[in-house]
Amino acid sequence: MNQINPQLTLAVTAFLNLEADMLDNKEYHDWLELWNDDGFYIVPVDHDVTDYSAAVNVAYDDKEMRELRVARLTSGDAVSTVGAEKTVRTVSGVRVLSEDNNLIAARYKYCLFENNKNGIRQFPATVEVKLSPLGDTFKIVEKVVKVMKSAQHLTTINYLF
Amino acid sequence: MSEVIAKWSTDISDLVLEDKVHKSLYSNPALFEEELDRVFNNTWVWVAHESEVSESGSYKTAMIGKQPVIVVKDRKGTIHVLENRCRHRGATVCEGKKGKTKAFTCPYHGWGYGLDGGLRALPKPEEYENILDKAEFGLNSLRVESYQGMIFATFNDAIEPLEDFLGGAKKWIDLFMKQGGGYPVKVLGDHRFRFPGNWKIQLENTTDAYHFPIVHKSFINSIDDQTQEVFDFLDGDGYVEDLGNGHSVLVMIPDLVDLDKDIDAPIPERFAQLAAELRDEGMDELQVKRLVRAVGGTGFNLNLFPNVSCSMAFFRVLTPVSVNSTEIHHVALGGEGAPQAFNKKRIRLHEHFQGPMGFGTPDDGEAWERVQLGSVSGPDGWIMVNRGMSKLTTSEDGNVKGAVCSETGMRAAYQQYKKVMTSSGKE
Repeated sequence: MNQINPQLTLAVTAFLNLEADMLDNKEYHDWLELWNDDGFYIVPVDHDVTDYSAAVNVAYDDKEMRELRVARLTSGDAVSTVGAEKTVRTVSGVRVLSEDNNLIAARYKYCLFENNKNGIRQFPATVEVKLSPLGDTFKIVEKVVKVMKSAQHLTTINYLF
Repeated sequence: MSEVIAKWSTDISDLVLEDKVHKSLYSNPALFEEELDRVFNNTWVWVAHESEVSESGSYKTAMIGKQPVIVVKDRKGTIHVLENRCRHRGATVCEGKKGKTKAFTCPYHGWGYGLDGGLRALPKPEEYENILDKAEFGLNSLRVESYQGMIFATFNDAIEPLEDFLGGAKKWIDLFMKQGGGYPVKVLGDHRFRFPGNWKIQLENTTDAYHFPIVHKSFINSIDDQTQEVFDFLDGDGYVEDLGNGHSVLVMIPDLVDLDKDIDAPIPERFAQLAAELRDEGMDELQVKRLVRAVGGTGFNLNLFPNVSCSMAFFRVLTPVSVNSTEIHHVALGGEGAPQAFNKKRIRLHEHFQGPMGFGTPDDGEAWERVQLGSVSGPDGWIMVNRGMSKLTTSEDGNVKGAVCSETGMRAAYQQYKKVMTSSGKE
């Protein structure tokens, strides 16, 4: 979509900023509420894959897996998450790619910064989202986080992108 | 030798004892360099599965220690492992993880190599007249042998045949390859990540059942009650066997050692949906049961020295990066030509535990990082691998056998490590 709809771009950006801030502040249960029940949270290994369901992904979460992941991150039972500090996420360059009454597709630049005991680690990514409008906000139908180096080598990750 | 001197020693006979290894094995850079030479450059190292190079021209890049190599199938179907180094000025001739090609061309001056590594052509050849014989300037080729589709290569031409090296592990590789559920095992993709720690910390981990209920509590909490029972193996009949040459097997779930047995058992509730999908894909009831039994993989981890493990349902591959950095690949497996529902379920099960964001790996990673950080504390100290030593028995195959949570497999690996690190010849 070459035409710019500033109001829609602003609304989508506000929503994506809200989502990132929730994750930075570990408001995971509120984050779950942002999702459409049929939505998928995907962190692919190979960015060029077209059918994520048939590929090995870093994460491929339906509703049940998202809830299990949040339970794991918040339970205190996972040693990798117990000492995990708050993170810093930046969202920028939001571009609405297509819109109709039911579905908006957008792409944006994203970086997660983590204070790890081995230093500050950063995970730059391109994120593609599909959002379903709901009143004056949205529900996430699909979020695909294409993290740099996901096909070469990452580190272990103690957060959600 | 005094204990403090031991910290700086590279004499392995002082640093690797039967029941303990010196903590400097994780952090001494001089030892690491010695390991690259004596271990990785002188033994059989796993580089690929045949399904990754299934067609003429299919290639995969791999590492042997710190040396980049290319695994490639030529037009005649022969698999070659080639040094990824142009014979002119040293540039890599192949980049990326995998692909398909007709030739390897150096990007620097355009030297072109065939799929067998032979130097085929180079620009402006007249300046090499009488001074360069193309037949002598192919990509250097390594010795390659395979067993059950697992391709190993070595820089050591004098080494024993692969099958002799694998020895007692072959029986377990045969059992592992039954998890295609009637279809040949195939690589479906992989996870790759690095952790800030020495490679031997990972080598130990695949034969360490003791950590499972502690480190993986959050994973266990995320699975259904039936699966939790399956993974509650520390009080079960599992065991560890030393298979010789540094290889060992950790059997966690004895019922899942031979996937061809008990095929007629009822389908567990957690796989009811998979069974329904398989029936929808036209599978008869016996095929459905066979696939369901195979879908979660085997009940054991086969640890092959030095760099690969057949770990329940996947290959765990390690590559040393530096004394305190290691790259791990978790290679997901399925069946070649198997029903889509089967392969997809295997991928989802793989993602649940493995990889950088799995419910298991990040917690392993945290424990390994802590080992690397903590092990340098104090002027001296040891890593204990003596668990279960007072209760060893002999297995049916005549091997040393310990309890499921014994450190029998670690002792096996370290004794092989000691052998190759102290041998006078390169063998």
